[in-house]
Amino acid sequence: MADNQSIEPPLLEVNNLFTHFDTPRGIAHAVDGVSFTLERGRTLGIVGESGSGKSVLSRTIIDILAKDGSVLHEGEILFEGRDLRQLPEKEMREIRGREIAMVFQDPMSSLNPVKKIGKQITEVLTKRLGMTKQAAKLRAAELIDSVGIPDAEQQLTRFPMHLSGGMRQRVAIAIAMACEPKLLIADEPTTALDVTIQAQILDLLREQQRERDMSVILITHNLGIVSGYTDDVAVMYAGRIAERCGTDELIAHPRMPYTEALMNSAPALSDPPHTRLNAIPGLPPNLLNVPPGCRFHARCPYVQDKCKSDMPELLAEDNPAHTFACWHPLANGKANEVASGGIQ
Amino acid sequence: MADTSQLLGNLRMFWFLGRRGSTASERIKKKRKFGVIFWLAASWISIMLVATISTNFITFPDPLSQDYNALSAPWSMDHLLGTDHLGRDMFSRIVFGAATSFKIAFTSPFIGMAIGLCLGLSAGYFRGRVDSAVSIFIDSILAFPNIVLAIAILFYAGANIFNLVMVIAFYTIPQFTRISRANTMLYAQREFVVAARAQGASHLRILLRELLPNVIVPVAAYSLLIMSFTIALEGTLSFLGVGLPPPDPTWGQMISDGVEELEEDAFISMVPSFFMFMTILALNLMGDRMRQFTDVKASSA
Repeated sequence: MADNQSIEPPLLEVNNLFTHFDTPRGIAHAVDGVSFTLERGRTLGIVGESGSGKSVLSRTIIDILAKDGSVLHEGEILFEGRDLRQLPEKEMREIRGREIAMVFQDPMSSLNPVKKIGKQITEVLTKRLGMTKQAAKLRAAELIDSVGIPDAEQQLTRFPMHLSGGMRQRVAIAIAMACEPKLLIADEPTTALDVTIQAQILDLLREQQRERDMSVILITHNLGIVSGYTDDVAVMYAGRIAERCGTDELIAHPRMPYTEALMNSAPALSDPPHTRLNAIPGLPPNLLNVPPGCRFHARCPYVQDKCKSDMPELLAEDNPAHTFACWHPLANGKANEVASGGIQ
Repeated sequence: MADTSQLLGNLRMFWFLGRRGSTASERIKKKRKFGVIFWLAASWISIMLVATISTNFITFPDPLSQDYNALSAPWSMDHLLGTDHLGRDMFSRIVFGAATSFKIAFTSPFIGMAIGLCLGLSAGYFRGRVDSAVSIFIDSILAFPNIVLAIAILFYAGANIFNLVMVIAFYTIPQFTRISRANTMLYAQREFVVAARAQGASHLRILLRELLPNVIVPVAAYSLLIMSFTIALEGTLSFLGVGLPPPDPTWGQMISDGVEELEEDAFISMVPSFFMFMTILALNLMGDRMRQFTDVKASSA
């Protein structure tokens, strides 16, 4: 973890990263000063609402946002000590897919509809790893087999439209695994799938991770997924990390009111029928016009004057591995005293 | 799926047992049928093509030799479609004229398609400045009154088949560019393109390997419609006298020859007009059907 004193740099270290979009209506602060580190072999969950900057963050790391000048970056992305932002496009292309691979949200559109599954996998193997066609074919069948698709040889001759959503996501994972990446970014890999398939895909991701000692960034808006499948969590809100710590710690002792509100908004199976959902009141701030102070202040039940004027930094209190950005954090283990009568 | 398609294949051997397709896939197949009109149109084009090609193997009456015993003659066994005012065999002239039309119809659109695809793919994928540059280029082609520019070019460069093909190809560029640009934009937003980027593919690879195979289908389907446009444009140019120079028969030229005789013998320009009309109509009908099959809006609904 963070306190592990190794000489080797961490696999991924993001320092004060900004990604702003220059839109006709102003500058959108999609990612606004994000820092985190990810060690080898660990899984980091990034949770947040829609529009909190999770996906933009992942696309910034792998540098696949438009390059027409409308996207402004600042900060460092150190991958094994090398700053990805300083690398020329050619070297970056070597890293994409080989070192950092990505799995996308919608398996319906993440495979090319006019190319056979086999071709889509072997193409990666022959172009990126210089394999011969024969070797690539065998390897592709192996990969398909390793992601739990039966009848691998047969599947290679099929088109994406012949497969179900879950199967396609497995194929997408197989393609991502083709070059044995050190880091896999999974951008809401299960959002488009139904719940039983979700669990299968997440199990598959975990299995692949353990087998290959790969690091994973799992982006999701589902705290349930985070609690089951990640080692660490970063909660994102309006382009900033609101809280970051080990998963168990976060579930047991959330310090940031936003995290607590997120947790409360998830319905529990033990709730009686017709229980109202605890939605967080209000909307996330408009990223074109971010209010001063804490970004959550307009929706926070514990809001104080200071929250409206000064922006809190991501800092630790007693546990150095647990950082949060809040002036009035929830007390360790129980609700804030100001909170009585706030969130139920 | 492989099993099911094999099964369907086996069942198809016994098609005579049950003519009515009642399963879902059969019904889908039925919807995919081209229809009588398409096949009628296709047969017309095939007949024209076979006739054109057969000039290499069968001796037709010389389309240039004049039969002074039969000027403006009606149809007979000697002259299947009669003769024109100079006594030349109309049937022969139609067939040889078709050769010119088809030469242009089968080359110009493909030259235009190649250029249009390049422009449309890069405009639709890169957007921004590339898109504006391509749009300006296309708009400036369209801004010229097309016939006038073609006349000017052919007048100065000389009217041979190569120049004619090139000028007509030039006018197919805007349409191909627009179709491929629109389709590229549609596919460029799909996740598989972003996924290919994330896999380390270069822009060129994405354009050629990811987008082109998707975009080429609707564009190719459109080329039949463009073929009819090129035949009409060639006809227009020939009619105006800037097509192929006189001795070689072309449809447009035959119509133009007949116009002088319109009062005495309307048949002379009616016959080539009829053939041109039918050919263009057939290509349009076929093209429309092909376009319907590949239309994203229609097929995804």
